[in-house]
Amino acid sequence: MKPEKMILQKILDIPPSGIRKYFDLLNEMKDVISLGVGEPDFNTPWNVSEAGIYSLEKGHTHYSSNSGMLKLRETISHYMKRKYGLEYEAKSQVLVTVGGSEGIDLALRTLVGPGDEVIIPEPSFVAYQGCTKLTGATPVIIKLRAEDQFKLTPEQLEKALSPRTKVVIIPYPNNPTGAVMNSDELSAIVKILKDKDLVVISDEIYAELTYEGKHVSIAGFEGMKDKTIVINGFSKAFAMTGWRLGYVCGHASFIKAMNKIHQYAIMCAPTTAQHAAIEALTNGDAAVDEMVREYNRRRRVLVDGFRKMGLDCFEPLGAFYVFPSIQKTGLSSEEFCEKLLLTEKVLVVPGTAFGEVGEGFVRVSYASSMKNIMEALKRIKRFISVIT
Amino acid sequence: MEEILEILEKNSRYTVEQIAVMTGKSAEDVQKAIEKYEEDEVIVGYTTLVNWDKTGKESVVAMIEVKLTPQRGEGFDKVAERIYKFPEVKACYLMSGSYDLTVIIEGKTIKEVALFVAEKLAPLESVLSTATHFVLKKYKDKGTIFENNSQDKREAIFI
Repeated sequence: MKPEKMILQKILDIPPSGIRKYFDLLNEMKDVISLGVGEPDFNTPWNVSEAGIYSLEKGHTHYSSNSGMLKLRETISHYMKRKYGLEYEAKSQVLVTVGGSEGIDLALRTLVGPGDEVIIPEPSFVAYQGCTKLTGATPVIIKLRAEDQFKLTPEQLEKALSPRTKVVIIPYPNNPTGAVMNSDELSAIVKILKDKDLVVISDEIYAELTYEGKHVSIAGFEGMKDKTIVINGFSKAFAMTGWRLGYVCGHASFIKAMNKIHQYAIMCAPTTAQHAAIEALTNGDAAVDEMVREYNRRRRVLVDGFRKMGLDCFEPLGAFYVFPSIQKTGLSSEEFCEKLLLTEKVLVVPGTAFGEVGEGFVRVSYASSMKNIMEALKRIKRFISVIT
Repeated sequence: MEEILEILEKNSRYTVEQIAVMTGKSAEDVQKAIEKYEEDEVIVGYTTLVNWDKTGKESVVAMIEVKLTPQRGEGFDKVAERIYKFPEVKACYLMSGSYDLTVIIEGKTIKEVALFVAEKLAPLESVLSTATHFVLKKYKDKGTIFENNSQDKREAIFI
């Protein structure tokens, strides 16, 4: 038996991650400032961690119910109402998952298979396309444009739709661009989608990280709630990436179906994390607010820094990424990142890692200290002045 | 505008221009706001947080609980003033609870602090009693953890 011959072709076809090589380089180099990481630099707020520790001390070390502790689901239900005006019944319309990414996988596996099309606006999180391909469904990519500030336009959506469209992914606030969609912009999208037989997967993992105005969920529009699966989680807002906890909210039929996969693959999300999550949703607002204000300052410093270097940089209003254009340097995204890393020891991620349409851009994360960000800007400025 | 204070409280070395970028305001507005804060003594000074343990400087810090007799018509303010005017006194707070003043003293040696208490503080007429506690180690001061390993320990993961 040759192990590699036993592996499914579609798995072999998954290309290796485009930025793996940078991470390998990173591990060999010293004093690199990494603005490449997609997770908060803040540690989990201490009251939240402490709630997890306390649950361990109390001996809460067992499985929870498959769909998550009822108390947590009730807390999530309350939180969704309080924050976004969305009403979900805790027992039947909320499922606790291992991170938002499990939610994306569950939703896609529940809804699509060979012959179905999934509309994915790019640049965006790599898992949408990856998970879609694993189901055998066909990803239909919408190439978002910098001149639209990487928002999804009704014209582009209309063009991408076909009778085979089963799912549309709405990834805002967006990784890697930092783009958000406001109520008016979503409303134009809703007009097209609301009478069609398809499901929206709205990935709102960065919902709490918006800097002008509050996040609006597409599920809140009339006629959209039953056809939208909302993905959210604790990683970004509460700096809880390592706890691996997220949740999905949607129509009871979807949740019931997703729970079938979840119960075989995962059984239940980590119990310690669930205890901590209740504390996060109940008493976490002040900590989130403080982190958001600090992110906002860093965001402004980065945008200002890139613009002063003469690079085009639209103003991102969400998540913790800035997505400047590096076209003026004459380098490709990959060349830019590799040279920057080797000469100035600053890691940023090529836009192409998030879809071909990301060529000419780099993703710069501001989930790093102000000190690091200011130093990185100095180095990038020096780098650009040398190559141009 | 209070955001400016928040930023300066964390790091008073940021320039007016840097703060302007961070807050999305004009440099002129930030400059004016800071001047006004200084004028109104909202900003009372700019200092540096030093971890003296890492230097060769000999110093000891003590926290002294002081019980007082309040004076007619003046409460504790007058006697507190007599105490906090000594340069050895780094901080002085009026407290609720079983004693009245917390006085933080800094000196070169334990002896120096002890002498200050014995010669300057305890003999004051309104002082009923004192209890001196020496600080053995500072873990955290003014919101800053001293032995905080600030290295980025996040592992490389693609997301």
